[in-house]
Amino acid sequence: MTLISVDRVSFGYTAERRILDDVSFAMESGDTVGLVGESGSGKTTLLRLLLGLARPDSGTITFDGASLDPRNAAFMRQFRRQAQIVFQDPYSSLDPRQKISSIIAEPLRSLRIPGDHRQMVADALSSVGLDADAAGRYPHQFSGGQRQRIAIARAIVAGPRLLLADEAVSALDLTTKIRIVELLASLGTRMSLLFVSHDIGVVAALCRRIVILERSRIVESGDTAEVLARPQHPYTQRLLASVPRLSLKDTRS
Amino acid sequence: MSDVAASPNRRRGIVSLTLMAGIMLVGLHIAIGLLTLVWLPYEPNAFTGGRLEGASLAHWVGTDRLGRDLFTQLMIGSRIALTVGLGAVAIGATIGVSIGILAAFASRWLDDALAATLDILIAFPTLLIAMLVVAASDTASLGSAIVALGIALSAIVARLTRILAKRVLVMDYITAARTSGSSWPKIVAIHVLPNIWPTLSVNFALQFGLAVIAEASLSYLGLGAPPPNASWGRMLQEAQGTVYTAPLGAIAPGIALVSLAIGVNLLADGLRARIDAARTLS
Amino acid sequence: MSPLLEITGLSVRSATKVLVDTLSLTLQRGERLGLIGESGSGKSLTALAATGLLAPGLRASGSVKLAGREVVGAADRDLDQLRGKAVAIVFQEPLTALDPLMRVGRQIREPLRRRARRDGRPLSGQALDAAVLAIMVDVALPDPVRIARAYPHELSGGQRQRVAIAMAIACEPDLLIADEPTTALDVTTQAEIMALLDRLVRDRNMALLFISHDLPLVASAVEQVIVLRQGVAVESGPVARVFSEPAHDYTRSLLSAARRFDAALEGRQ
Repeated sequence: MTLISVDRVSFGYTAERRILDDVSFAMESGDTVGLVGESGSGKTTLLRLLLGLARPDSGTITFDGASLDPRNAAFMRQFRRQAQIVFQDPYSSLDPRQKISSIIAEPLRSLRIPGDHRQMVADALSSVGLDADAAGRYPHQFSGGQRQRIAIARAIVAGPRLLLADEAVSALDLTTKIRIVELLASLGTRMSLLFVSHDIGVVAALCRRIVILERSRIVESGDTAEVLARPQHPYTQRLLASVPRLSLKDTRS
Repeated sequence: MSDVAASPNRRRGIVSLTLMAGIMLVGLHIAIGLLTLVWLPYEPNAFTGGRLEGASLAHWVGTDRLGRDLFTQLMIGSRIALTVGLGAVAIGATIGVSIGILAAFASRWLDDALAATLDILIAFPTLLIAMLVVAASDTASLGSAIVALGIALSAIVARLTRILAKRVLVMDYITAARTSGSSWPKIVAIHVLPNIWPTLSVNFALQFGLAVIAEASLSYLGLGAPPPNASWGRMLQEAQGTVYTAPLGAIAPGIALVSLAIGVNLLADGLRARIDAARTLS
Repeated sequence: MSPLLEITGLSVRSATKVLVDTLSLTLQRGERLGLIGESGSGKSLTALAATGLLAPGLRASGSVKLAGREVVGAADRDLDQLRGKAVAIVFQEPLTALDPLMRVGRQIREPLRRRARRDGRPLSGQALDAAVLAIMVDVALPDPVRIARAYPHELSGGQRQRVAIAMAIACEPDLLIADEPTTALDVTTQAEIMALLDRLVRDRNMALLFISHDLPLVASAVEQVIVLRQGVAVESGPVARVFSEPAHDYTRSLLSAARRFDAALEGRQ
């Protein structure tokens, strides 16, 4: 079943300087998709459109068969419950003056989700591998990796069907990064995951399908293993060749 | 790496010294102001001694040219100054924060228009705006002075609020709140105001000091609270003619005014240092 | 020949913490050394201490000898002569390393002129302009005449880093310190900048101290490596040996994380 369908979407000031140019892709329910692009590729804008924070200038986006329209309040309330996001910078994504319990419970309160919020926060914390007593503390008492776990707990507390991640591991140390990737991979079995990143290595480790953006356009997409093994577009080839690897001992010529 | 910049303990000592001095000076004025509500050494308008007497046990800082006790008037002056300062800051904060938040959320052109208007208003001296507002109202009263100063201060508060709020609005936790379905009023109440409050509160303390001095200036010009309200500004004005024969009449309200102004500034500095220290630690 | 950089028992302390703990390393002309570490490992502080650029709240102890001169405890005035000539640094974020209000050409001209004057062959006017263009060509900036007249914000991240590198090598340093020089850049741009650094270091026979958290990147850039964790060097040696037979658990955990991403890219999950 198609969860998200992006159909011929364009966004941007003028036809010459488009931020997104005729972008189309679809995402199946339960899939893990990596959206790869470097700076200026338009991936952040595409994410904003997918979150309903902005509207495309042309083309349509549908979520679960319904048009994703930020002006449709009834639809948006349903949508907000089903799609949540995790950001790149764990220091900017948590309000420094709120307790962790209050940060994680925010979607529950705002979306007026019934139930025992305290218990739901505790469940979310345990899903991301944090102790329940974290709820009573403040963001500055946690490391970057722990903060990212808290941000993930907030994103999953309302039980969304789709988790969006915007460079969610890019700011983390390598050893922390691998653990958060593992956490996201385990969540990926419970919900659909759209992972936006410039880091093709992380996407390779996490996502079954891959979409490659270059300068406002999708240049290649498909099964991750297939694209990595046989990249068709010159940009994809250059991107893959640019990633430093341990296995190639000496890249100096 | 943030703990690199953590300040040594010695510095924290200086910080609390500033704060303590501020609290003591302001606290003294508050205590005196409250005391005047229940007790005064003399009836403020009674002629209780000779004209222009010097300091004595009966009249600690002497009497004015009508023979009224100056210390009694100084005490009432504390109350007037605090009332005007608090009132003006309350009005300035309410109007200023509202406009500032509005501007931070407004569309590009409305924000630009508001920002330009605020810049123009701030270019005028606070006192001048206050004088215009008082002149526009029919009679000079304590109330009109407070409203006048409040309006004059609101532009400064609004500009600061706008800048601070904009800085918060770009944070990811605001976007997270939006994608969690939080409404804008809720985002302001839960995320924006608590995060800009520490900086705003320091600014309010400074505005308080400004208002106290501006009120004295208004009274000095005869635009402040009318008699029988004893204001330091009017005491200064009345003592002007006799400053060589009875200097205490000018020096005493001057010291009172300066001590309160310095007090609130020390308080503001102390608060700011505390906030900075808290930020550095986190 | 005495080493270009000789660090012996270097410690860096803040008021409350030891940030670098008795670190030692030596670097000869033409050698390339990598400092690997995650955030808080003290790798950047080591670079700053090596050039006497530590922030005021931090204290260094031990010994840092740069071109035979002691840096720890030396006056800033004495170090100014060493910086640029003996050592130059390229930082992570070129936008903060460049003056936003000065045209790029002028920023490169200043270190060039200083170096020339110090060598007793002062440059000025057209000769200096020509030297600026020559060094911009050397760092492969496209259309150098136009870029020389541009301000930093008008350039792309990769171009800005090339400008920062041009400024660093303008002084013809014996030692180049590169502190996460490509972390803020796209991976395709990173590959270009790494190739550039490699060529410059080889052509000019500089020593390179390469600081990064990225293991594969370090592996491609240097011969010797030191692994830092929380200010302590847990392991050091030739890259090939450290990466193939890591002796310390921490190195092993870094390597296994890096291998996971490597394997994913190779299609071996």
